[in-house]
Amino acid sequence: MLRLLGHRLLQLIPTIFILSLIIFSLQHLLPGDPALALAGENPDPETVAAIRARYGLDQPIFMQYLYWVGGVLTGDLGLSMRHNLPVTTLVLQKLPVTLQLAIMGIVLALVFGVVGGVIAAVRRNTSIDYAANVVSLAGISVPNFWLGIMLILLFSIQLRWLPASGYVPLSVDWRMNLATTVMPAFVLGTAIAGIIMRHTRSAMIQALESDYVRTARAKGLSPTVVVVKHAMRNALTPIITLGALEFGALLSGAVLTEQIFAIPGFGKLIVDAVFTRDYAVVQGVVLVTALFYITLNLLADIGYILANPRLRS
Amino acid sequence: MSFETTSSQPPLLVASDVSKHFTLRRTIFGRPLTKVRAVDDISFSLQPGETLAIVGESGCGKSTLGRVLMRLIEPSAGAVTLDGVELTALSNRDMLAQRSKIQLVFQDPYASLNPRMTIGQTVGEPLMLHNVVPKAQRAERVKELLKMVGLRPEHASRYPHEFSGGQRQRVVIARALASEPKILVCDEAVSALDVSIQAQVLNLLKSLQKKLGLAYIFISHDLSVVKHIADRVAVMYLGKVVELGETRKIFSTPRHPYTRALLSAIPAAHLGHGRDTAAHALAGDLPSPIDPPSGCRLHTRCPHARPECKAVDMSLDVEADGHANACAFWKELPQTDDLLGKGRATDPRLAKLFAAFSNPLPEGEQAPC
Amino acid sequence: MAQPAIPYIPFSQLFESRVWRRFSKTKSAVFGLVVVLIVVFVAVFAPFLAPYDPAAQIWTAVRQPPSALYWLGTDESGRDIFSRLVFGARASLMAGVISVSIAIALGVPLGLAAGFVGGLVDGVISRFTDAMLATPFLILAIAFAAFLGPSLTNAMLAIGITATPLFIRLTRGQVLSLRSEEYVEAARSVGNPGWRVALRHVLPNILPQLLVQTTITIATAIIAEASMSFLGLGQQPPAPSWGSMLNSAQRFLSNAPWMALWPGMIIFLTVLSFNLLGDGLRDAFDPRSKT
Repeated sequence: MLRLLGHRLLQLIPTIFILSLIIFSLQHLLPGDPALALAGENPDPETVAAIRARYGLDQPIFMQYLYWVGGVLTGDLGLSMRHNLPVTTLVLQKLPVTLQLAIMGIVLALVFGVVGGVIAAVRRNTSIDYAANVVSLAGISVPNFWLGIMLILLFSIQLRWLPASGYVPLSVDWRMNLATTVMPAFVLGTAIAGIIMRHTRSAMIQALESDYVRTARAKGLSPTVVVVKHAMRNALTPIITLGALEFGALLSGAVLTEQIFAIPGFGKLIVDAVFTRDYAVVQGVVLVTALFYITLNLLADIGYILANPRLRS
Repeated sequence: MSFETTSSQPPLLVASDVSKHFTLRRTIFGRPLTKVRAVDDISFSLQPGETLAIVGESGCGKSTLGRVLMRLIEPSAGAVTLDGVELTALSNRDMLAQRSKIQLVFQDPYASLNPRMTIGQTVGEPLMLHNVVPKAQRAERVKELLKMVGLRPEHASRYPHEFSGGQRQRVVIARALASEPKILVCDEAVSALDVSIQAQVLNLLKSLQKKLGLAYIFISHDLSVVKHIADRVAVMYLGKVVELGETRKIFSTPRHPYTRALLSAIPAAHLGHGRDTAAHALAGDLPSPIDPPSGCRLHTRCPHARPECKAVDMSLDVEADGHANACAFWKELPQTDDLLGKGRATDPRLAKLFAAFSNPLPEGEQAPC
Repeated sequence: MAQPAIPYIPFSQLFESRVWRRFSKTKSAVFGLVVVLIVVFVAVFAPFLAPYDPAAQIWTAVRQPPSALYWLGTDESGRDIFSRLVFGARASLMAGVISVSIAIALGVPLGLAAGFVGGLVDGVISRFTDAMLATPFLILAIAFAAFLGPSLTNAMLAIGITATPLFIRLTRGQVLSLRSEEYVEAARSVGNPGWRVALRHVLPNILPQLLVQTTITIATAIIAEASMSFLGLGQQPPAPSWGSMLNSAQRFLSNAPWMALWPGMIIFLTVLSFNLLGDGLRDAFDPRSKT
């Protein structure tokens, strides 16, 4: 098991190295001189020179890379031009908001996805199964920004039950926090719920057709016990792993969802940064999401190894 | 180690001390930890027009050996010389040109044809690659090749899934013949086919050999097939050749305990003589090739094993007639009767096969399978 | 796991083949195919199908609800929503097709190289793929677009680059599973050089899997383009696109909800159809994959 983990960890080193190269080289996609781009509208030569010196742009490119990596390793993601704050500070400020949405989203997705998938598997090839399939594909296919807009239309404008936008932190008022996050979390969870539902269904069907479930049935156990205790327990491990992996998709979804509901999170941070040409923030957000995803991926692997006795030895 | 066969002609193919080790596990720094010696220090030669059979249980390394000979798998050590050219010393690019001289017939005719190429494209590809005939004559040559293996010229425009197993194997043979090779390596070339079709394909191979002067390396686990097609036989066990000699000698006076065990396991011999074959039977299962036994690799299963066997080396002891075997104590083993020679087939499967051999179809009139 | 050999089907026999029979029996897949064909038709013949000029601003008919005159209503500057949807199909389909073409053109050769050459080449390409896939799809595409500048072309480029690792990974995996097939070994044994084995013997046999991936990735790309246009990083006004229509609709939700309704429905329907089509193709090519 340690070998397996060691191998996984070693593989991460080149992955993260290449990731850092990709993110670093993003700024070289900018047309022309990055110093000019960073200096904003109509810069005077001194400003440009100052920026060049400040960001090390007068250094050879590999030195620039080393400076940047050195900064990242010490937790310094650069400086936001717009907010005049360290990117790290901004990221740490916005991350909890998005994390709250993401966790609520994944919980909703797991509940709907697993329940729907189990029902579809148990009622395989009935109209319920087909309906579940259509619902899950619809969940995957619906553009979540549109779903968000439709929810606002229904619950905020027509019914006036929930605020259309804004965010109240949990520490200020939990009711308002819930009211402002329930729609975005639902939107985030929809696509993942569809994916989880499809995987749950196929994992459950596999489990239901396995010998141990047949044995359990033959022993005369009630169908509910067979489904919940025997089949589901075995089908659940890959689903939890999948849930961890889909966290990345949640962060993608957060970009649009936060935009629609005007929630000051991670996604809004990157979109605002794109429009204010705050490139250090864009790079920082991409790096942090990718590292976040890699860590989750690793944890999912470790969980998978721990849950799978055959891999443990 | 190398030795000459009785013939005075220069050999067509010479394998000297060929080995292939597969690395199964490495340390994190890339140092090999576990190796499988699939082919271990094997030497032999092959005369033009000769058929050398390589026999052994599955997993003994015979298929790997066949592929190493044509450098489809790179050998770890040793040299292969074909027609005076040392294949193992060639660059990859030069090897491509030499491929025309040695071709492979595969076991499973359902897997060895590209499902998206017509029969004509498949058979014509080597013609194009090796520029065997001018471009304008390729289509005509494909038709000749199809006729040569008993197929109809108009089959060229069809796809593999439209053919039976026997027909596909004929296509595979036509493809192998297209580049005008001197050697065909037949890797279990008939074992996936029905018995009646096996005989037809074997007869085809025999008649092609006569007509084209081909040499065959015939890899098989089926000794009754080998007996009818091979001039010489090499017996392999766990990556080593344990016995090598003329087919007649191998079947009449097998030296090595492993060969004896293989022969005694043939149903025809068993039933034909009613002799107690238990004396030759091997004990236990095939050991893992990852960690083969020390000394003589057979000592864990050999009915004649003695303590010294754990330390002996497995070099071949060659008799005056070229019959070689790797048992260090073969002269002390009990004498053997003819284990198979007079055996009349009573196994219905073999009976059918033998019958097919004794009444070969007239040349050129291969029944379509 | 070895892929089942899918016999080659000449076009003339397509409609009699088993693959087509299985496909045509799946209602959802046929529905997907029909909708996709309609969208393609609409995009191609947009000028003949749209009753109005999609950019013509009629200030006397601003934010009209759906009526006989304006079937789906008008937007904040009096443009006919139906006509804009018809022309918007062009941006969406183009984004889907062109970005996926970029991803295929980059991803398939890299995947072939990784699978065939192995060793260091495979290591570098695979780690590159891992690194790209570690970044959420839309965030990476937005980051590329941010640095390339906002335009439909750059959005397509960004989506194409972001989707490349999907094709690298698929192709590499297929190559590794096909490489041990006997007919691939046979191709080597008759003297094919490596590149010819890859292009002539392996590539044609992974086309079904590539087709399925292409269909599903087009769905992803259409959503990504709509998302980016919605954010203002894709199609620039006044050219119509489904995503940017939703963007402007957002400001008039309470008094012109139809502006938000239709573009979203169309994106949803199109993406759903591509997904249904991809699912149907997968099951038709390999019935065992159906669970």
